[in-house]
This record gives sequence, structure tokens and C-alpha cells, in this order.
Amino acid sequence: MRAQSSDIPIEHLLRELAPQVVGAVTRRFHDFAAAEDAVQEALLAAALQWPQEGVPDNPRGWLIQVAVRRMTDYLRSEEARRRRETAVAEEAHQLAEAVDAENDSDQDDTLTLLFMCCHPALTPPSAIALTLRAVGGLTTAEIAKAFLVPEATMAQRISRAKASIKASGVPFRLPTSEERAQRLRAVLHVLYLIFNEGYTSSGGPTLQRLELSREGIRLARSLHTLLPDDAEVAGLLALMLLTDARRAARADPDGELIPLTKQDRTLWDKTEIPEGIALLTTALSKGSIGVYQLQAAVAAVHDEAARAEDTDWPQILALYELLKRMSDNPMVMLNHAIAAAMVHGPSKGLELLRALDSDTRIASHHRLDAVRAHLLEMAGDHQAAITHYRLAAVRTTSIPERNYLMTQAARLSQGTTRPDPMIPRTDQ
Amino acid sequence: MKGAKGMKYILMMTGTKAQFDWYAKWSKQDLQANFAFMHAFNKELKDSGVFVAAEGLAFPDEAKVVRAGSHGEPITDGVFPESKEFLAGYWIIDVEGPEQAYKIAARASAAPGPGGKRGSMPIEVRQIMSGAPKEMP
Repeated sequence: MRAQSSDIPIEHLLRELAPQVVGAVTRRFHDFAAAEDAVQEALLAAALQWPQEGVPDNPRGWLIQVAVRRMTDYLRSEEARRRRETAVAEEAHQLAEAVDAENDSDQDDTLTLLFMCCHPALTPPSAIALTLRAVGGLTTAEIAKAFLVPEATMAQRISRAKASIKASGVPFRLPTSEERAQRLRAVLHVLYLIFNEGYTSSGGPTLQRLELSREGIRLARSLHTLLPDDAEVAGLLALMLLTDARRAARADPDGELIPLTKQDRTLWDKTEIPEGIALLTTALSKGSIGVYQLQAAVAAVHDEAARAEDTDWPQILALYELLKRMSDNPMVMLNHAIAAAMVHGPSKGLELLRALDSDTRIASHHRLDAVRAHLLEMAGDHQAAITHYRLAAVRTTSIPERNYLMTQAARLSQGTTRPDPMIPRTDQ
Repeated sequence: MKGAKGMKYILMMTGTKAQFDWYAKWSKQDLQANFAFMHAFNKELKDSGVFVAAEGLAFPDEAKVVRAGSHGEPITDGVFPESKEFLAGYWIIDVEGPEQAYKIAARASAAPGPGGKRGSMPIEVRQIMSGAPKEMP
């Protein structure tokens, strides 16, 4: 049995144990959807009881016992209906002990669970919700709050996700070696989306929804522990840390956005940056370069510059050249254009942007307008820059971004001579 | 959670298309004063325990009015006169009665305009149907 130190906050302990318990119960009952529900109930019971009665000596065993009891209740009622052959005859506590004893596979279980929740058959929003619940141990209410939707909506999204998994017949085991690379990419993508949603918050009034970023980092960290030799897993964790390091400097006390060039760099996190750089250095030395490592490298170049004007743009440009070759992502092309403008001047950047006008994935995205506005301003064409800042303001769904873009347009129309050196995020 | 105060109201901030375009052309100082006012106002609503929800809407440039066609298919209309009114955003508050809702609406209406002058933009105040159903005679 794993010894749990009693000073770990209960909430952390529960989140840590959640995927292990879901995995153990799923493996025993071969019913992921029902096992996951049962574990949620066990987690809720623990969250209520442990603060009052103290953490049990074997918290994992406690959770398994409660979940197995729920599971057997559920199966009994199912059997009464369907006369299905199940293990219901066994006494619940014996079962629980047996499940708890199969301890060695904890780690595999968490990994298997992650692969399952991020299955490509699911839409990204479903995969995100399911991952946060089954692997992250968050409650439906917490996930709903993070995504600013009613709890019933999120509950429905999660149960549909589970139904899709059931329908697709994915077995509860690690993917085969042939499909492994593709499945791992899907997992990394979901974790990246969780982090990013927390970091940039695609809608609504707040710029950052902290808890999602933290959860993204925590999940990436546990994946890195499970797969320490995978360079892209390390790259993703490094990217998250190197980006998150700037969190405190990204917004003013009212939540208004501060661009990279104007951030107070003394506010950047002094522990996340070296940790991210160390992770990245080790990952790059393995010689299997991927998109997350490259993005982390861009973030590292920004983080290493003591002042904005010290930024090593030629290196960032070189990194985006590589990224462009590895992925067909219009955001990469956008960032490549910015880097090219910083190295070769705005007209080079504007020329690269023209290629994106016919790309339907980004042609009417506010970031294209925002970047174009910035490069036009660099080039001295203030009228056109104002037009594009305003167009970007109309198109964004983030209030802090809209406020920022309107302010940029206003500053230019007032003919302020000192330009705001807005560098749109190049590391996203 | 039990609604502490009892009556819910929605405060709707509206403007014509022309007014949205005008707003986008305010000076930097005026915009910043307006943003700061909104942050403080929202915080005040939260601190005083009346805040339920608030949302800001995207600018109406891409707004569409949708009707069902003869086969139920969406027919969109998106070309509007400058005088058409659009919702810009709303607050939902939980208060003791209409007088308190009017007071809060007046505070929102007074958000500073160009030159820091106190505004008087119209705020539509409507009660939200949130009473519990009672047995009918």
C-alpha cells in the first residue's frame, strides 16, 4: 500500500487517487462509464467525510471500497432488469480487497485511462470534459464552472462522451504499438487545450482561468512521470511551464491585457522557467524533435530575454521555419510572419500574411487582423492599422482582448508618436 | 442556493449600430476610463451580494436575425440600418425590489463617456420570471 502523508490537502490527494481508482474499478467490471460514475460518488463521499473524520489509513482502498459498493448496487439493479451475468454474487468488500490488491498496475491504469478519455472518436470538448473528470478527479460542478456552462450541460456532455466510448468499443487497455503514436498525439492535444483554455480563456470576461492551467500542468506532469523518455511529453510540459511562468505579468489588476513587450519581467516565475528549460534541454537531446518541443523552445527564447529588445528574433524565426515544415497549422504561419517581420522588417511579414487570406481556417480570425494591424503600424501605415485593429476588436470573443485592440486603434487615431510595441503572442 | 433577496432583474444595455461605431472611436483615455468604470461596477455588484450573472456581447457587425424557412431551414438576415438597436450586454441581479434595480441601472447608465462626462445611456430593466409556481384556484 502506498503511504500517504497526512499533510497533503485532501483535495490534492483525491485528484491524485482518482485515475487509479477509476482504472482499478474499470478493469474489474469492464464498464468504464459505470465505474467512472461510481468513483465520482466515492470521491464526493470522501470530500464530505474525510475533513470531518480524518483521512483513512488506506485512502485508495477506502475509495475503491465505496466505488465497488456503488458498482455492485448498480449491477444488481441492472441484473434484476437484464439478468446479466456479473460478479455481483461476490461480497462487495471481498471484491474491493481484490481490486485494491491489484496495485502494480496503478500507473498503467492512469495511462490507459488517459488514452481512453482522449480517444480520437471524441470531439475535443468531450475529451476535455471527460479527461478532467476521470483522470483529473474534478467534479462535474468544478468543470462546468471552469467552462462557464451550467452543471447539467456539462453532465450531459460527459455522459455523451462516455456513450461514444462505449459505442466505439474501445477496450480498456493500452493502445497497440501501431496506433500508439497517433493516440499519444491526441492525448497531448487534449492536455494542451486544457492548459490553453485556462491560459488564454477563449471567451468571457476573464483573461485567465487559473484552475484549468494548473490542471493542464498537473496532468502533463503525471504523463511525464509515466512516460519519462518521451521527448514530446516533456516538450509539452516544458511549453506549459515556460508559458505559465509569465502569468502574473500578463494582465493588470483589472484583468486588462499586457502584451509581452510591456510586461514587467521581474514578475515572471523564477522556478517555472528553469524547470521548463531543463526539461526542454533533456528532451531536445533525445533527438526526436516535435512540435511541442519547438514551441517550448520559442517560449524559452522569450523567457530568457531580460528585456523585450533583447529577444533573439533570428532564433525564433528559425524555430518557426522548422515548425512550419512539421505542421500545417495557420497559427504557426501567423507567428512565423511576426518573427519574419521582426528580423527582416514589416513588409516581409505582411507579404507572408497575404498567403493566409485565402486560408478559410484563419481568414476571418481576429488574430490575423491583430497581427496585420501591428505589422501595418510597424510599416507606418497608421490608417490601415487602425482599420485592422478595429476589425480584430469586432471579431474577438474575449473582452480583455477587445478592450486592448480598441485601445490600440484609439492610440493610433490620436496620433500618439510613441508606438506601443505590441508583439502579439508568438508562442501560442 | 436560495435566492437571498428574492426578485431577479435583468439590466440590458442597448445601442444602435451607429452608437457602437461611435464607441469604437473614443479616445484611448475615454475607453480606459470606461473599462475601469465597468470593472469597478461589476466588483461592486459582487461585493454587495446582488450579482447573479453578466455577459458582454460581441459587436453587432456579424449579428444575424434568423427565421425558419418553409422547410424549417435557417434564413438569415444580416443587413441592418444604422438605427437598429442591438443588445451590448446585460447584468442579472438579485435584489429586494424594483427600486433597488432602478438605482443600480442608473449607476450603469452613468458610465463615463467621452471627456469623462457622465453618461446617460438607456438601460432596459425587466423582471425575470423566477417565482415558484403556486396552486391556481
